[in-house]
Amino acid sequence: MNRRHFNNLLGMGTAGLMLPSLPSLGRNVDPAVLLETGLDVAVKKRLADAALNAAKAKGATYTDVRIGRYLNQFVVTREDKVQNIVNTESYGVGVRVIANGCWGFAAVVDAKNETDMARAAEQAVAIAKANAKLLKEPVQLAPQKGYGEVSWKAPIQKNAFEVPIKEKVDLLLGVNASAMKNGANYVNSVLFMVNEQKYFASTDGTYADQDIHRIWPIFNVTCIDKTSGKFETRNALSSPMGMGYEYLQVNPADKVTGITTRYNKGYDMLEDVTAAAQQAKQKLSAKSVEAGKYDLVLDPSHLWLTIHESVGHPLELDRVLGYEANFAGTSFATLDKWQSKNFQYGSKLVNLVADKKQIGSLGAVGYDDEGVATKNWDLVRDGVLVNYQAIRDQAAIIGEKESHGCCYADSWGTVQFQRMPNVSLEAGKTPLSVQDMIKDVKKGIYIVGDGSFSIDQQRYNFQFGGQLYYEIKDGQIAGMLKDVAYQSNTQEFWNSCTAICDERDYRLGGSFFDGKGQPSQSSAVSHGSSTARFNGVNVINTGRKI
Amino acid sequence: MLSKEEAKRITDKILSFSKADELSVSLSGDRTGNIRYARNTVSTSGETTNMGLAVTAVFGKRSGTATLNEFDDASLEKVVRRAEEIARLAPENPEFVPGLGPQAYLNTNPYADSTAKIDPDYRAKAAFDSIEVCAKKNLTAAGYMEDTAGFTAIANSKGLFGYNRATGVDFSVTVRTADGTGSGYALRDVTDTAQLNTRQATEVAAQKAAASVNAKALEPGKYTVILEPAASIDLLGNMLFSMDGRSADEGRSFLSKKGGGTRLGEKLFDERVTIYSDPMNAEIPGSPFAGGGGRFGGAGVDGRPQKRMTWVDKGVVKNMFFSRYWAEKKGVEAVPPPSGIIFAGGNESLADLIKSTQKGILVTRLWYIRAVDPQTLLYTGLTRDGTFYIENGQIKYPVKNFRFNESPVIMLNNLEALGKPVRVNGSLVPPMKIRDFTFSSLSDAV
Repeated sequence: MNRRHFNNLLGMGTAGLMLPSLPSLGRNVDPAVLLETGLDVAVKKRLADAALNAAKAKGATYTDVRIGRYLNQFVVTREDKVQNIVNTESYGVGVRVIANGCWGFAAVVDAKNETDMARAAEQAVAIAKANAKLLKEPVQLAPQKGYGEVSWKAPIQKNAFEVPIKEKVDLLLGVNASAMKNGANYVNSVLFMVNEQKYFASTDGTYADQDIHRIWPIFNVTCIDKTSGKFETRNALSSPMGMGYEYLQVNPADKVTGITTRYNKGYDMLEDVTAAAQQAKQKLSAKSVEAGKYDLVLDPSHLWLTIHESVGHPLELDRVLGYEANFAGTSFATLDKWQSKNFQYGSKLVNLVADKKQIGSLGAVGYDDEGVATKNWDLVRDGVLVNYQAIRDQAAIIGEKESHGCCYADSWGTVQFQRMPNVSLEAGKTPLSVQDMIKDVKKGIYIVGDGSFSIDQQRYNFQFGGQLYYEIKDGQIAGMLKDVAYQSNTQEFWNSCTAICDERDYRLGGSFFDGKGQPSQSSAVSHGSSTARFNGVNVINTGRKI
Repeated sequence: MLSKEEAKRITDKILSFSKADELSVSLSGDRTGNIRYARNTVSTSGETTNMGLAVTAVFGKRSGTATLNEFDDASLEKVVRRAEEIARLAPENPEFVPGLGPQAYLNTNPYADSTAKIDPDYRAKAAFDSIEVCAKKNLTAAGYMEDTAGFTAIANSKGLFGYNRATGVDFSVTVRTADGTGSGYALRDVTDTAQLNTRQATEVAAQKAAASVNAKALEPGKYTVILEPAASIDLLGNMLFSMDGRSADEGRSFLSKKGGGTRLGEKLFDERVTIYSDPMNAEIPGSPFAGGGGRFGGAGVDGRPQKRMTWVDKGVVKNMFFSRYWAEKKGVEAVPPPSGIIFAGGNESLADLIKSTQKGILVTRLWYIRAVDPQTLLYTGLTRDGTFYIENGQIKYPVKNFRFNESPVIMLNNLEALGKPVRVNGSLVPPMKIRDFTFSSLSDAV
């Protein structure tokens, strides 16, 4: 719609930070509501059974029920002002069935009793039966054992919703003040906090109760040089995490020192914004890059996004098969390449793993949204493409006996489908520090932080920018660069990987709002790596005059 | 869907419960349906009906918003009390601006009964018509149609009231050859679904898919391009919605001037570039008033009337849009951003533009467009789903897709010709011929 399209554009044009549009924010609530416990698990089981039974009675051969309570709190500030504080709650039920070999889905907001549950189930069956008339091949579900009544809780230390809003506002306004004191002209900062309380039940006999937390502190600092009319920005080097408020506790052990400080499982927002203001100013007078081939040294705060776009998305099996052709696109990583068992996705050093369990990651859950216990699996081993990301109705296509457990819906009201698990680059096996890696580079660029990103609809050709660029000359950092972006082709790029730092440097980055599907759904996913080196990559100069 | 009278009854009721300095209400409801298909078969379809209410209470410079989706009197009073409680606890907003009084709104009427009546059978037929074109030709269709019919009512305790109902259908289809070596695309959006023909649109995409097989690789570089409206709309939209006056005043916009101030009044583009908005335009009827308050930009009702506005006139920047707070501070008219843009063009068709081209590249669609430099509005992205080489006025052969790095500001200085504007994504945009468009690398993607 025009309005939606327009709002998206407006968000980009007028805000210092690109704020996402979320499909399922639900209703605004008092912050105290975010601390209320949801329905008792026994009540959820009773409600779920009502839907399972009603669907069966109408002829469903498989049913799953998701009872979801989604809580969000966003604190938005600029300079010395609080712009907005948003507290939302969304509660409802989604029922998915197979009837006459076809999927059907229906959802009911605020479902509180057996009648509501039965209504959703019956509607889902009716939709399945209607769609079955157009069906070409019946759904084939990989078998899945029931786990009985189980639960999973993200191992957080401090529920972010328990922290008073005033403390969060004070933190952000302190961050803004520090930016201004250190030379920023403008600063925006935001705290995003999410809690998903999900209950899943299926006719396979699983009843899974889960509690998932996410947090993302970000800022954007702008420095302006009035005489030249130029401006530069520097964004936070934080990562969105599957953690509680403990992510904002300053812990020296979580700091990675070097040319600029980066962070592991604890983020020092004040320290980062102080550096950001100074660096944004420094960027104004940095040397404009000379286009050409460079060896790139990519920090995990940058490399996560390249992994996300060039490995995570092309190995989604629904893309490979053509289900996303009209929107996100298809994939270069076609089935024949995988079947050949010798498609060299990257150099022999490159091992890319999918995972839904890593503690502190955005993708970590106990069970996915179709009741499959989560796991880890290889996507690329010793450089060779070995697997995809598949859910229950796709597993048979790639000869797997069971689902990978990476099915997700962003709300009770949206239908679950295959979503990217955490996809990470394994750390190098031989000891290597960033310093030692840089020592070997003759003509290179060291990139920290994520920036502009774009990739084609089959995930061949990409272009990435960053936050901070440092020139490397004969093994030494020679100074700051600007106007840098690199372009490559996925397979060429990963085959140009010649070194990966060891696990001491391993950190997570990630996306809080990864979009896929029509209507679009959002998911959160982490990508881990250590600093890695890529040889002879094409760097362009992005400076223009208008 | 509530009528104007029904909506007003609810907003009046809510306002009657107010104990705040100021109260505003935004009430909206819609029915949205969709159907999605891929591999020549329907994958998902659904329909949802929503109605919601947001109440913003104000005490001094503190405001609070509460929302609700139940409409009995007790609930209505409760939501007002909750908004008031939240407002009392909220921090003062130094940028608070009091609500507007009564306004005169244009009767824009972006509504069609035919669209409001769309049902699951209609959607299935639309998908079937599209799939059938492809199945017969051994091509594969993936498409999506979404239809919405809804209303918005806004009101406040200072006497403001506005009501608008709107409908819209968005349709897009990507057609690929069975071996995946050719791909075509078509994009349509209408207010009145009687104007949508998914079969016809799919035929265009199918023709492009078949014609794009065996694409040749051209060297990247600067080329004369013909951008179809579906290709240029995102770049143009990004530029127009970067014309925020506050960002320009603050020195962090492409409209900021060296040494301070803005480039308002400067000739920034070719003199054939005129961009305006007009909510009364029959082809893209717009909303009569600006939005009902944003999720993040501060709650509350905006309610500024939409009217015809010229943004760029003969290449000269004529207007920027402003928040009411910033406009007041700067002593300028608080022009709201428009709901759609009209890029003035000529009378030539796309075919005419091709005919008059010696050497060039026809671009169907640009994809994955991201800002590279906000200062120069440099964007990158790729061509997709139908890129063809033109020589001596004729399409000669398909070419491999390119990545571009280009600024719409530079592009609109390198203008060669404009065709007749057509509706795309709620705007009117002409096909345009541009010289020296920068393609920076090749992509193997089809």
